[in-house]
Amino acid sequence: MLIETKGLKKTFKSRGKEVEAVRGVDLAVKEGEVFGLLGPNGAGKTTTMRMLSTLIEPTDGVARVCGHDLAKNQAAVRRDIGYVGQEGGTWGEVTARDELVLQGRLYGMSKKRAAARAVEVLGAFQLEEYADRNVKTYSGGQKRRLDIALGIMHEPKLLFLDEPTTGLDPQSRAHMWDEVRALRERGTAIFLTTHYLDEADALCDRLAIIDHGEIVAEGTPLDLKKEVAGDVVAIGVTDGAAAAVELLGGKDFVREIEAGAPDPATGVALLRMYVDDGAAALPELLRSLDGKDIAPASIELHRPSLDDVFLKQTGRSLREEH
Amino acid sequence: MKAFRDTWLVYARAMTLNLKQPVWLVVMLIQPLYFLIFFAPLLNGLDGAPGFEAGAMETFVPGLIIMMALFGSTFVGFGLIAELRAGVIERMRVTPVSRAALLIGRTLATVTTTLIQALLLVVLAAPIGGLTIYWPGVFLMFGIIILTSFMLGALSYGVAIVLKSEDTLAPVLNTFVQPIMLLSGIMLPMALAPAWLQSVADFNPFYYAVEAARSLFEGDMGANAIWQAAAYIGALAVLLVWWATRKFARAVA
Repeated sequence: MLIETKGLKKTFKSRGKEVEAVRGVDLAVKEGEVFGLLGPNGAGKTTTMRMLSTLIEPTDGVARVCGHDLAKNQAAVRRDIGYVGQEGGTWGEVTARDELVLQGRLYGMSKKRAAARAVEVLGAFQLEEYADRNVKTYSGGQKRRLDIALGIMHEPKLLFLDEPTTGLDPQSRAHMWDEVRALRERGTAIFLTTHYLDEADALCDRLAIIDHGEIVAEGTPLDLKKEVAGDVVAIGVTDGAAAAVELLGGKDFVREIEAGAPDPATGVALLRMYVDDGAAALPELLRSLDGKDIAPASIELHRPSLDDVFLKQTGRSLREEH
Repeated sequence: MKAFRDTWLVYARAMTLNLKQPVWLVVMLIQPLYFLIFFAPLLNGLDGAPGFEAGAMETFVPGLIIMMALFGSTFVGFGLIAELRAGVIERMRVTPVSRAALLIGRTLATVTTTLIQALLLVVLAAPIGGLTIYWPGVFLMFGIIILTSFMLGALSYGVAIVLKSEDTLAPVLNTFVQPIMLLSGIMLPMALAPAWLQSVADFNPFYYAVEAARSLFEGDMGANAIWQAAAYIGALAVLLVWWATRKFARAVA
């Protein structure tokens, strides 16, 4: 195990009030895997990552990172991990090459070794062309590549990526996903935080969903989605929502049904239900509504997504938060 | 050993950044030059008057050099806030780099630029003010400049890392540095002060720094103010470096 935590907690004092940012997190991350921490803003993702990367001290709980006790042996943890923060790590009138060489030397490399490794890393991240230009002239994608390059300069066993694609355009985002996969191919384990459902789904071998400082679900994306049994049907109605819930909820193939609040602009309330076989259920559902003179405003049928997992565990949609 | 190497690495990075913007070296010299050209002549008539026994320029110029060190070092925290925001400090704190080196390396770069500025000012001020430079004294005065700059640089970085915002850093530093400057007798010697003001100034380490700078410029190497300035500012420097290093180790950016 690269990361093992038990009851990890962080409480901040803010204007005399105690805020529990992380309330007892148990996690296990294996060698060589991409592990994602998925959750809305303020869920405790970044705080958890900052504790595991030695930036802040946990209020309570124990953790081992790369085999070292997080509380007792921070120096050893620091040697084995790389970390790329949300803001990146460079600024202004410095060049990529200078920053990379310095980074290598901060990890104890000789000048010569650091310079050689910098050339390697610049090549791997297609930064040779800009290597000796000031960082302030870089595009968002170039800067993000340099951030990651700095994080892996010393070939860490484990790389922390805090919201690696937030603020990137779609093309840079796709590149970043490729970089993460390439790092994994080379044997680097990755621990990332994200609030993007598609990112967690596409990139992570395993993930944990965090909400209000607590892990609410953990597993592979596939397993998590399987837990939400059946297909998801969402029917929008303008009136008769309560009657529709009663009517459709009585069907034996509808496992769960709930009505969302009506949209203030359109007045449409979304009835969300989990059914055994969506394709077969749709005609039957529509016939029943027709029989009670309830006209659907919209119909949607899909396989469960991670959002459905989140919704099931927390009663809220992750999509609505953004 | 590792701490020295790390300090050197952090220092070299900060110096590279300073040298890429040499214009700041000059900008920081402009304010003291204004004082020298537009204010110092007002004092000429006071030559030999109480407080100016050694001569008007001989009294004013050493204080001006201390003032430049005071202002030049107190506001270095601004550069740190931009780096904090960009994640540079966080990136370095995740590496095994010595925590003390993160602060001391940067502070030593501040000391270096301040020394260069002080040397330039001495060389410029001497002909403008009609002074003869007593170099052994000036070199000892540089010792006091080093301590002053080291202490204030560390303080500024520490306060910057606590406040994390330019908007609050400016008023906080100003509130602190203005009375220190006024109570040090830089503009007019404290010999002119009423007893109560002199008593307040006795608690200001920079009062001794200014007095020491004046004695050293004159070539009076035995003045009490010299060891008093070194002791007070040296002790404060140790205390503030210790405090700021702790802030660097625990910074939550």
